[in-house]
Amino acid sequence: MSAGFPRFRAVADRAVLAEFGDRIDPAIHDDVLRLDRQLARDPLPGMTEAVPAYASLLVAFDPQVTDHEIVTAGLRRLLDAPAPPAPKVTLREVLVCHDDDLAPDLPEVAARTGLTPQAVLAAHLASDYRVVMFGFAPGYAYLAGVPPALHLPRKPVARRDVPAGSVIIAGSQCLVTTLTMPTGWWIIGRSPTPILQAWQQRPFLFDVGDPVRFRSVPRAEFDALAAR
Amino acid sequence: MRFGVPGSGPMDRGAHAAALAALGNPPGGAVVEVSLGGLVLDCTEGEVGFAVAGGGFAVSLGPGRRASWTVGSLRAGQRLALRAGDWGSWACLAFAGDLVAPRWLGSMATHAPSGLGGGLLRAGDRLEIAGAGCRLDREGDLPIPGWARPGPHPRVVIGPQERFFAPGTLAALVGREFTVTGAGDRQGLRLSGPALPVAAPLDMPSEPALRGSVQVAGDRVPTVLLADHQTTGGYPKIATVLDCDLDRFVQLRSGDRLRFRPVAPDAAIHLARAATGQQAADLLALSAPRGTLDHRLRVMNLTGGVVSAQDSGL
Repeated sequence: MSAGFPRFRAVADRAVLAEFGDRIDPAIHDDVLRLDRQLARDPLPGMTEAVPAYASLLVAFDPQVTDHEIVTAGLRRLLDAPAPPAPKVTLREVLVCHDDDLAPDLPEVAARTGLTPQAVLAAHLASDYRVVMFGFAPGYAYLAGVPPALHLPRKPVARRDVPAGSVIIAGSQCLVTTLTMPTGWWIIGRSPTPILQAWQQRPFLFDVGDPVRFRSVPRAEFDALAAR
Repeated sequence: MRFGVPGSGPMDRGAHAAALAALGNPPGGAVVEVSLGGLVLDCTEGEVGFAVAGGGFAVSLGPGRRASWTVGSLRAGQRLALRAGDWGSWACLAFAGDLVAPRWLGSMATHAPSGLGGGLLRAGDRLEIAGAGCRLDREGDLPIPGWARPGPHPRVVIGPQERFFAPGTLAALVGREFTVTGAGDRQGLRLSGPALPVAAPLDMPSEPALRGSVQVAGDRVPTVLLADHQTTGGYPKIATVLDCDLDRFVQLRSGDRLRFRPVAPDAAIHLARAATGQQAADLLALSAPRGTLDHRLRVMNLTGGVVSAQDSGL
């Protein structure tokens, strides 16, 4: 845990933000997930939801039942208690096709990293990823693990109407989009793997903590899967 | 929210509860939310009781004008129209019966950017109400509770990422006036006013965001996140509007002025509890049947003093 942490911040009339650090760091994220597991095992009275992020955990509550002080005291107690074992995680495979029209930013990623397009893809496919958090919009799973050679800042201007399924990278993060949305991240492929199956019993492919691998597929396989 | 899904649901939750209560429906049911674009419905078949609550919309049923908050019956061949009225931005239309719509994650609430949930209505769409009935004993115009009026003084708790701002910027947030801009939807509402410069590098990892988060991006403009907000954001949240003030906040319109009022977290809890108590009492009053017309006429006669000896039991 970083010095000066954890910190507990009152948020409006209905939440406490538990902060474990101020940067993206696997050890800090482990602290977040540890408290998340403790809350899943021993939910605090009046708590309505816990939302894990990179370095913090938001604990929302019903102000009719509890308040910031009681929730903060409960969180401190949990942090002092033994942690439940890490949950079983499941390796998730995500297929990706890199045909030119599905990977519009590949040439520029190659130019900016000084690699060939093939080397960019090889580096992306060789890496192990982990689901760090969901955020932004339904099913948007932030994957950590982009190799340092591919770290690029966001584009200065977002591209509009990026199709769902796009595999996008920025900095150390990778994400497979689930909606047509604008993004300033770099688009290096498209996946036919259903990450968000809105109408299924279990709509989200990933749980936070799951390891993820990408596997390249030819266009014919992409088209067949994407058509389903 | 842990899967990136915000709560969504009605922009004005008090109006939603009021529309359902006025029909005697259980709380939490699905309604049709109407924005300033308005809504015109033609009843093609059968008849159904309805309630309108939220904002000060211009409501008409057939050729007749109704109050903004009202309970009535819509019959085959009749037209119900809600159009932007004198004040307010959002209204709820509830039906006496079950609105037939898809559910997602156990809810008919609609996430507008994805269309997930009950879905968005478009011109030409058909609505079906299962088990439709009328609520003749509840018909008539409704009083508008004080908590349903637009709120130009939203109360905020400062933070949780106020460390990105200089003290003078925090003072400007609560000391100066802001104006609602036209750039707003169910995801958030942009304000104009004094610039709120971010004083530290924008290097924070994405943090969870809440409905009511006042987020400031590199353009120094505050946006208040609303029902369909992103669940996380990498821009700092300078303050958070109290949940109990958000319904009134969303009823403001483009051009309206507002001032944020800072409160301490413990005061926020007290305000939230008081607001819930007041709203519960008003909803209970709205949910009481008013009796059939016949019954109401008799009550009026009685209270008018035309009381016979037999009626009074002497």
